[in-house]
Amino acid sequence: MRKLVIWAPLALFALFALIVAGRLYKPGDSAIASHMVGKPLPAFALPAALPGRPGLASRDFAGGGPRLLNIFASWCVPCAAESPQLVALRKAGVEIDAIAIRDRPEDIAEFLARYGDPYVRIGSDANSSVQMAMGSSGVPESFVIDGKGVIRHQHIGDIRAEHVPEILAAIRAAQ
Amino acid sequence: MIAEAGLAALWLAAALAALQLVFGVTALRQGETDMLRAVRSVALVQALLAAFSFGALILLFLRTDLSVSLVVANSHVAKPWLYKFAGTWGNHEGSMLMWVTILGLAGGAVALFERRLGDRTLIATLAAQATIGLGFYAFLLFASNPFDRMNPAPAQGNGLNPLLQDPGLAFHPPTLYIGYVGLSIAFSFAVGALVTRDVGPAFARAMRPWVLAAWIFLTLGITAGSYWAYYELGWGGWWFWDPVENASLMPWLAATALLHSVTVLATRDGLRAWTVMLAVVAFSMSMIGTFLVRSGILTSVHSFAVDPRRGAFILALLAIYIGGALALFGLRVGTVREGSRFDLVSREGSLVANNLLLSAILGIVLIGTLYPLGIEALTGGKLSVGPPYFNAAAGPLALVLVIVMAAGPLLRWRRDEIRALARRLAVPAIVALAAAAAVLALLPPAHLLPTLGLILAAGVAVASVAPLWKRNLRRTPLFTWGMVIAHLGVAVSLAGMASESAFTRETLVAARPGEVHRVGPFAVRFDGIEPVAGPNWTALEATLTATRGRGAPIELRPQARAFWTPPTETSEAAIRTLWDGQLYTVLGKQAEDGRWQLRLWWKPFVTLIWAGGALIAIGGALSLLGRLLRDRRAAQRGKEWWE
Repeated sequence: MRKLVIWAPLALFALFALIVAGRLYKPGDSAIASHMVGKPLPAFALPAALPGRPGLASRDFAGGGPRLLNIFASWCVPCAAESPQLVALRKAGVEIDAIAIRDRPEDIAEFLARYGDPYVRIGSDANSSVQMAMGSSGVPESFVIDGKGVIRHQHIGDIRAEHVPEILAAIRAAQ
Repeated sequence: MIAEAGLAALWLAAALAALQLVFGVTALRQGETDMLRAVRSVALVQALLAAFSFGALILLFLRTDLSVSLVVANSHVAKPWLYKFAGTWGNHEGSMLMWVTILGLAGGAVALFERRLGDRTLIATLAAQATIGLGFYAFLLFASNPFDRMNPAPAQGNGLNPLLQDPGLAFHPPTLYIGYVGLSIAFSFAVGALVTRDVGPAFARAMRPWVLAAWIFLTLGITAGSYWAYYELGWGGWWFWDPVENASLMPWLAATALLHSVTVLATRDGLRAWTVMLAVVAFSMSMIGTFLVRSGILTSVHSFAVDPRRGAFILALLAIYIGGALALFGLRVGTVREGSRFDLVSREGSLVANNLLLSAILGIVLIGTLYPLGIEALTGGKLSVGPPYFNAAAGPLALVLVIVMAAGPLLRWRRDEIRALARRLAVPAIVALAAAAAVLALLPPAHLLPTLGLILAAGVAVASVAPLWKRNLRRTPLFTWGMVIAHLGVAVSLAGMASESAFTRETLVAARPGEVHRVGPFAVRFDGIEPVAGPNWTALEATLTATRGRGAPIELRPQARAFWTPPTETSEAAIRTLWDGQLYTVLGKQAEDGRWQLRLWWKPFVTLIWAGGALIAIGGALSLLGRLLRDRRAAQRGKEWWE
């Protein structure tokens, strides 16, 4: 037992060094085969994140074409980094809805004013309950939802410029 | 010539670090402690050479020598001199040179002043310090040469990131770096003591002033950095849990724990292995923080140029130093005898609780900072763990820690009665109850954590001065005063944080000139917008007039600045400090309909956050002074005070 405690710090540090070394050399793959893919959206109805804008409910995804659901927060730096890509996707005709995680209306307004506003609806998930139900562990994350409300693609982390074709392909496939 | 001289000095310093290591190892092998004099001199000269090299780089920046690549990339002729000066460390290479210079100076200071450590352990310590220096000299010389020439020299430089063009930058990074790198002394002491198997009270007493000094600078640096982010970024927040902020907080948490455990070791000969471990961890956190920031591996508001080669280099250094120290710990700690034992209810017991809580908070911050990395390694995605996690996880623990802090100094060493403690805590508890009644009855309702924070701050403020109760204040040692003031500082800072979080009022409006908007108790009139120009920027400046009740009008002039070298926009908040808080105003963009976006905040007692930080540092300084004076008096009397 005492031996274990003595060597634990070194083991933890070795783990850290391995992970970090891996990151330095191998750029990761951001599309994942989530167990949520192929399943319908969990049922939810979120209040509006901004006054005067619609909130977001799972039934909004029933009927119509495929949509992109972006989970973000104004306090999240990678979310700001991915905003140009979202604005570009919006310009390319993709309908984007959003869930704001643990956020405040005035901060969201400031964030959208600063980085652009690609969203149709924004629901406010004040205690991350919907985020959890979606199997998402952090922000940002994005889901492609087809016209029947079924999750077709999950993207973890920020959407960088090189991911845009992948997202567009997923949306075309969901038609 | 200056650049070449600087580079030559850097090479020489590296060579001397190698010599220092060789001398040290030889001396330890052959058991010749008379080589100590040679090791001391080498360490001193090495420090002077590093300082000379850094001075050369400062001179190059002051003269805007455009034949040096680093100056071209980060400076500009049309820049105020203070920012030319501060620009020296506002970039990767320059800040790494500052890092190494402080490392060298720290080693030099130990060589010059340390008289209490055993000769063998001191030699081992200086050899360890030289080993750290060697790696970072190599990093500078092979991967980040600050003195690279550019041929042909361009006519003009790129300028400094406008966010960094602030007087705060001249002082904040050096202070923080002295703190970070000062912890290397604790690390080297720990390695030295493990090598010579000399962990005991004498070792702890020798290490304590060095840890205390580094900790004071770290506290000042974090406090100043928090205020800088508060007024310069214009977001109205004072802590963002940004990776770079966490990188400075983690060594501070470890150093705070070390500061308290080293006292147990010095006074009661307990917590031997744990103290050595903390000394290793504190500087390891400094190095990991430097790595995370410098390699660009985490997404942060403080972005630096990303270069995987540099990241790999620092990671290799980390693996050698941290891995080496932890392995040495694993091999040697078994031979460190267990120290003396103590009861759970005792001064030692409370310090152990303090250490466990600080370590738990450190763990929370570390996990939150690294979690995005782990996720990235597993899935390749980037994500952010923000204030919701950190506040919820670390907040309650911090409040418990504050309670322990209030009780600890009122306990006797070795063993005490829980009833006696309750008696001593009666007055603070009554004050806390009164504060609770006042907060609940008089103030607007707030969330649980801030409310608890306010109540605790009142009780803890009283409890922290309680150790002075019934004491002859003139005969109270200076370091007791230091502890009291530092603990009081924690209470003051906590009150500021709680008040800011509970009672801040915020208004975001699109306003036309002439309109009046309310924020908290203030009516703010938007008088108009005018263009203004500075040395290397132009700005739109709003004039606001705020009035509260019948008070005198307060004029505020927030700016939206446009810098042209490099072209960047920043917002300059206008802040007015009143006795009971700060009025904070930011000018945003103009909307298409001609209205201007204004953000107004009223933050009651927010200044207490930094005042508390300053008190903590002052307490540390008093404590350090008290220890040094006592040592000196003891030395004059020819024997140590505990004998």
